[in-house]
Amino acid sequence: MDLYEYQARDLFEKHGVPVLPAAIATTADEAEAAAIKVGGKVVVKAQVKVGGRGKAGGVKLAVDPADAREKASAILGMDIKGHEVRTVMIAAAAPIESEYYLAILLDRSNRTFLVMASVAGGMEIEEVAHTAPEKLAKIPVDSNVGIDLARATEIIAAAKFPADVADQVAAVLVKLWETFVSEDATLVEVNPLVKTSDGKIIALDGKVTLDDNAGFRHPDHEALVDQAAENALEAAAKAKNLNYVKLEGQVGIIGNGAGLVMSTLDVVAYAGEKFGGVRPANFLDIGGGASAQVMADGLSIILGDKDVKSVFVNVFGGITACDAVANGIVQALELLGAQATKPIVVRLDGNNVVEGRAILTAAAHPLVEQLDTMDGAANRAAELAAK
Amino acid sequence: MSIFINADSKIIVQGMTGSEGTKHTRRMLASGSKVVGGVTPGKGGQSVEIDGHNLPVFNTVGEAMAATGANVSVVFVPPKFAKAAVIDAIDSAMPLVVVITEGIPVHDSASFYAYSLTKGTTRIIGPNCPGLISPGKSNVGIIPANITGSGPIGLVSKSGTLTYQMMFELRDIGFSTAVGIGGDPVVGTTHIDCLRAFQDDPETEAIVMIGEIGGDAEERAAAFIAEYVTKPVVGYVAGFTAPEGKTMGHAGAIVSGSSGTAQGKKDALEAAGVKVGQTPSETARLLRAIMGR
Repeated sequence: MDLYEYQARDLFEKHGVPVLPAAIATTADEAEAAAIKVGGKVVVKAQVKVGGRGKAGGVKLAVDPADAREKASAILGMDIKGHEVRTVMIAAAAPIESEYYLAILLDRSNRTFLVMASVAGGMEIEEVAHTAPEKLAKIPVDSNVGIDLARATEIIAAAKFPADVADQVAAVLVKLWETFVSEDATLVEVNPLVKTSDGKIIALDGKVTLDDNAGFRHPDHEALVDQAAENALEAAAKAKNLNYVKLEGQVGIIGNGAGLVMSTLDVVAYAGEKFGGVRPANFLDIGGGASAQVMADGLSIILGDKDVKSVFVNVFGGITACDAVANGIVQALELLGAQATKPIVVRLDGNNVVEGRAILTAAAHPLVEQLDTMDGAANRAAELAAK
Repeated sequence: MSIFINADSKIIVQGMTGSEGTKHTRRMLASGSKVVGGVTPGKGGQSVEIDGHNLPVFNTVGEAMAATGANVSVVFVPPKFAKAAVIDAIDSAMPLVVVITEGIPVHDSASFYAYSLTKGTTRIIGPNCPGLISPGKSNVGIIPANITGSGPIGLVSKSGTLTYQMMFELRDIGFSTAVGIGGDPVVGTTHIDCLRAFQDDPETEAIVMIGEIGGDAEERAAAFIAEYVTKPVVGYVAGFTAPEGKTMGHAGAIVSGSSGTAQGKKDALEAAGVKVGQTPSETARLLRAIMGR
């Protein structure tokens, strides 16, 4: 889960990473009140999970609360690269002398953690990596060793931070490591980390990504989910513990196993090229135990998607038995009754396939059509969606 | 021959007394695997009767190894306790640890992977994987044993169900070993580790490599193939239709910005001379054409 800047800021504050006073607002009134609370000159910052908001006009300096109100009302409701601004952060304005970059992240390629540090902050770090790689220090961190002050001091020296800020930046790095570990983050990034004119080091803007798998030890992370930004179908699926991602196409997909479902989407898109560009409407993995209820829940979510014209159920019975899946489909259609209106193409293979196919044949549901192969079934589902 | 496991592999099941552990112990035994015991901290000294096999339960992996001579562990422990279970196995220098558990926090898997490198005596496969099978010899994990038999194909895949699908497509030819390496961002054994082992395995004549979006494991594997692998390799990559920034089922299956895309992986594999199928079936046909079967 990617956090908003203000959520990242709050986590930083909680773990002792220095930040500026700030408050959030969702209306112009709240923005004015927030500016009064923060005091002095403030910066009004659009809260969106996408880069380039400054260039898009989503960050403005305000000289007083009335000005903050005006700036906030201009920024709220803006569309920044397809993201609607529903919240602004009102932060104290700081006189900036220098901008740096500091981040800790999971380095998938090397299966370790990595500190990235640069004295060239404030711009996209990919750009620094590209144009001035010598200014970006990348230093692996062993998960079981971590970063204490001595190690942080070494890292900051290796990244060639100026002597007058090195101690402060090293201390920030230790706090960032604490944030990274204790929140189960896969990314904590401060860009820019600034030196103010009075020589203080402050995290001015931040990005944090949390590991969804670690939710069981962070009950407080649930509150960070932005429910308003969630797609309604995705939210409904989540409430039923279904692994669902809404896409833009017309063929609803149900399958078992993440890899097979991803592959099913691709095969449908590939087959759909012949039918005027028919595409998959969603990702939905019902996992190993495809009970009637799970199948009914899945079908009900997919049939609730008004873009869906046909459904493709693609199951390879590994541990799952195809007869159980077939029974699930039959019972799901009974549960759904008149709600089920779209043609459903089913491909079953693997464990107990003969029994499974026989169950569907015997049920002879008018909406259900069986095909023997994944490619053939994808083709048929695309054809039905194009009608 | 086979890779990582063989007919003499002696397996212990960490988490055998849990429902998943018991269910899959039964399946492994039914497929002829030599399961010799289980580990559940606090239940040492008990035993579990599964289909006529009386399996002792130990408190630690070390005790289980000393008593049974086990050289493979398979982990069905829930996410919350998985790290401790894997660390226990590494501390006992268990040579091969196969972690089936899905949903382990990546800080935990990064930690036990780093620990395994420090100790230098344990290979980890997974987490979030179906395990591996050498049909007719040994089956460690949850891959169905009845899809196909032994043969000359080696398979490595991030996905369980795509592993089953591909074994099914090529069931008349058979497999030396099929390895599901798992769909998490940090896994103990990579495509490259398996490609190297298949290249060195005299029984393996051709290799199927299945990848998916996220990370750069497939790109690295492509570079490795170009340099080291002389046996024919065909590839398949899932996730062409995946949108940027969305996790597609597997924790590691995510396109971030322009990196980790299926197209990038396919291009890298093709540049290394690997034929890449548009669908699993087409991938199987490509392999058949190369093998002349």
